[in-house]
Amino acid sequence: MKILVCISNVPDTTTKINFTPDNKSFVTTGVQYIINPYDEIALTRSLELTEKDGGTVTVINVGDATTEPTIRKALAIGATDAVRVNAAPRDAYFVAKQIADYAKDKGFDLILTGRESIDYNGAQVGSMVAEMLDLPAISSVKMLTINGSAATIEREIEGGKEIVECALPLVASASEGMAEPRIPNMRGIMSARTKPLVVVDASSVEQLTSVVGYDKPKPRSTVNLIPSDNVEKLVELLHTEAKVI
Amino acid sequence: MSVLVYTENSAGKFKKSTYEVVSYGNEIASKLGVDLKVISIGNVSNDELASLGKYGAKKVLNVADDKFSKFNGQAFASAIAEAAKTEGANVVVIANSFSGKGLAPRVAIKLTAGFVDGAIALPDMSSGFVVRKGAYSGKAFADVNITSDVKVISLNPNSYKVIETPQTAEVVAFTPNVKDSDFRITVKEIVKASDKISLPEAELVVSAGRGLKGPENWGMIEELANLLGAATACSKPVSDSHWRPHSEHVGQTGIAVSPNLYLAIGISGAIQHLAGVSSSKTIVVINKDPEAPFFKAADYGIVGDAFEVVPKLIEAVKKFKAANA
Ligand SMILES: Cc1cc2nc3c(=O)[nH]c(=O)nc-3n(C[C@H](O)[C@H](O)[C@H](O)COP(=O)(O)OP(=O)(O)OC[C@H]3O[C@@H](n4cnc5c(N)ncnc54)[C@H](O)[C@@H]3O)c2cc1C
Ligand SMILES: Nc1ncnc2c1ncn2[C@@H]1O[C@H](COP(=O)(O)O)[C@@H](O)[C@H]1O
Repeated sequence: MKILVCISNVPDTTTKINFTPDNKSFVTTGVQYIINPYDEIALTRSLELTEKDGGTVTVINVGDATTEPTIRKALAIGATDAVRVNAAPRDAYFVAKQIADYAKDKGFDLILTGRESIDYNGAQVGSMVAEMLDLPAISSVKMLTINGSAATIEREIEGGKEIVECALPLVASASEGMAEPRIPNMRGIMSARTKPLVVVDASSVEQLTSVVGYDKPKPRSTVNLIPSDNVEKLVELLHTEAKVI
Repeated sequence: MSVLVYTENSAGKFKKSTYEVVSYGNEIASKLGVDLKVISIGNVSNDELASLGKYGAKKVLNVADDKFSKFNGQAFASAIAEAAKTEGANVVVIANSFSGKGLAPRVAIKLTAGFVDGAIALPDMSSGFVVRKGAYSGKAFADVNITSDVKVISLNPNSYKVIETPQTAEVVAFTPNVKDSDFRITVKEIVKASDKISLPEAELVVSAGRGLKGPENWGMIEELANLLGAATACSKPVSDSHWRPHSEHVGQTGIAVSPNLYLAIGISGAIQHLAGVSSSKTIVVINKDPEAPFFKAADYGIVGDAFEVVPKLIEAVKKFKAANA
């Protein structure tokens, strides 16, 4: 089985977010970057599948050279090889087009993405890649098993889950539950240095969206503390002041 | 020209989030001076379809073919994109639901349309077509300009109010030209806790964390939630320990919610938890530790032991309900 895992390079989950004074770009100084947590889940599941049935796991990232530590980490966790499309990821459409262009003639059985990136939170790339390659896609996947040439997949829906079957090839977007992320071991870290990381040029893509600016939520005013022996007061305030009940 | 809204149904019924997207689409249509059209897919009664007129829909395209009885992202996207073309839609609006996430990006590609997912407000059309969405997992907003002719937006649940602007909706059958290869997915089973309020769409959420000590103590959480008509949620360690199902886990790696009320009990307020709940309109925290970080992100707080405060709160809510019945 040939699996492609799309990995995004994102700020660590504990990062304090800051923007440049003109609010146009994210300040990267001092920010620790990681593999997007959902992509790590997708990667781990891919390794579990290929360890069982044989096959290869290629990771792909669309990014400039600064993302290479993140790509090497994916190799250390266990990916077979890696591809970096050399371009700053402008938007999901741009990223999806690069991935689709790379994947179209490679015969992947399975293309996995994360449910969403924790920086752009788009949940777009997976379905877009699928559409560009005319493949079925299943988003928010909590369980994925392969039986021969088909997959059984559990996807999240409002208040429950849906179980679907689909012949390979397909695109699935990993959510929590698909696998427990792995930590690279020493051997993995050593071997990652020599695993192939191919850099390819980006294709040109028309621009359909652009971020005009960022903003931060207004901080909440200080908390109104209510004595624990007067919970009636809380109920009253929720009714008269917050007007939520 | 028109605005096209996809009206998702759940077992033949439209949900509140459906009326939200229709109201949202209607506001855009009236700003652009064009008609609001909607497309419904699946088995929905004529009365239910006609009810969309109440929120401004002029025309309802009804895809009732049996092939479409279960969700299939590829086929549904083909139908919506085809409707958008036949109706000359310049804006397509879809709810940012679990299914919507599998649909909207595909529709955008089919229409070579710029797409903003998870919009939280109306587009600003004063210069361009700028849509606000959450970014950096609840820590920021991004304002995204869609520069293509056709635009696709997915709207977050609970972000736009339902507005009635009565119209008479004309319901017409619509048979899209989908190809067989669009139907490669077979839905085997749908498992739903049907009596439960769905978390992403809930207006009120009662959530509890590790402070509750064990799954046996969730009785009072459920009782409080039932009384309020709230959905229940939990922190990640709680679902990781299988005290509660994963579908209740909120935060950066769980479901992101923005209810009117988020009541957090015995949750410390870690940054990854806040990422999924910080856009809630009102946040109430109950925690026995006055230094718990969650208090800094809360509107109201009670410092106290959940096992004493929650039963009292249940009584207070009962009294309030009796007095306001
Ligand atoms: C990559 C990553 C992603 C993550 N994603 C998420 C996520 O999506 N969602 C999430 O929730 N977490 C997430 N986490 C975990 C997060 O960092 C915290 O560990 C977690 O939120 C803590 O859960 P908690 O508040 O229930 O437990 P704790 O931090 O243990 O807090 C328990 C709280 O209960 C209080 N308490 C104890 N007893 C009582 C009592 N009797 N009455 C009242 N209060 C009491 C304590 O004072 C304490 O504040 C993530 C972590 C990482 C590294
Ligand atoms: N720059 C990128 N390079 C490779 N994959 C990406 C990139 N950005 C996003 N992805 C993939 O697409 C998924 C969804 O991202 P998004 O649409 O940005 O929320 C991520 O979880 C990744 O799997």
